[in-house]
Amino acid sequence: MSEVIVFAVAAAIVLSGAVGVVASRNPVHSALFLIQTLFGVAVLFVLQEAHFLAAVQIVVYAGAIVILFLFVIMLLGVDTADDWSVEPLAGQRPLTVIVGAALLGLGLALVVVATDTLTGAVQRGGERALDNGFTDIERIGRVLFTDYALSFEITAALLTVAVIGAVMLTRRLLRSEMLTDLETASMDLPPASPSAPDPDGSNAETLDSKQVPGR
Amino acid sequence: MELTNDWYLLLSVAMFVIGAVGLLVRRNPLVMFMCVELMLNAVNITFVSLGTELNDVSGQIAVFFVLVVAAVEVVVGLALVVAINRHRADATADDISVLRG
Repeated sequence: MSEVIVFAVAAAIVLSGAVGVVASRNPVHSALFLIQTLFGVAVLFVLQEAHFLAAVQIVVYAGAIVILFLFVIMLLGVDTADDWSVEPLAGQRPLTVIVGAALLGLGLALVVVATDTLTGAVQRGGERALDNGFTDIERIGRVLFTDYALSFEITAALLTVAVIGAVMLTRRLLRSEMLTDLETASMDLPPASPSAPDPDGSNAETLDSKQVPGR
Repeated sequence: MELTNDWYLLLSVAMFVIGAVGLLVRRNPLVMFMCVELMLNAVNITFVSLGTELNDVSGQIAVFFVLVVAAVEVVVGLALVVAINRHRADATADDISVLRG
């Protein structure tokens, strides 16, 4: 019974946080609601005796990813509230309602229909292999570094690629922005000089001056 | 009243749908990324729940990898947002639909 109460409270935290992420007009509020949701999910993990994942959830998600979100929001200064009165794509919101309802129906049907076939074969109440004297950290470590060792190594490569990619993305455009500034400063000079820089700057100018419909 | 696996799956479905609707409705790229995180977390709940139910630790391993991929996705995505915002401030997802410049 106590499990049910913990689950109900955690589910309420998770769902209210999720609605808050979607419904908040200010991105900072969305990020804070996301932290609430992630903590609720961590509680659910603890409830299912996945203690290691609960700790990782809080450290990695709330401690790193959401902080990264907040850092970018503050860095770019985009913490202004959205204007929801305009609808850029006509008919998108009714379509979203339909798609959301369809997804919900599909998911509920999956849960109702498929849980028996997914888990019905498992003997409930017997001796659980997960409980035979190991903590979940020991079990995860044992499996992760034997069966999933190759995946683990590829994960390291993936992280490295992501870091390099992030650095390159921000570096290259930083330089082209400086070039754009130079061009703007010397706008009365004749264009297309032989030492003209890469086309990134001109592309940026085109995008800047373009009038986007619906704004 | 017993807490069964179905409750976790139902919660996961609800959370996934909220994230998907938010992804479709919101225009701010940062909030769209947060909605993707919501959807990933919904799937994580499913993985842990079914892993517990099926008595298999592989579900938790999958969550581990999803966490790593989510971190990678956020790093690259936020780098893109920063790079785009250098060219034009407060760009929404509609403004950057041409995927260039």
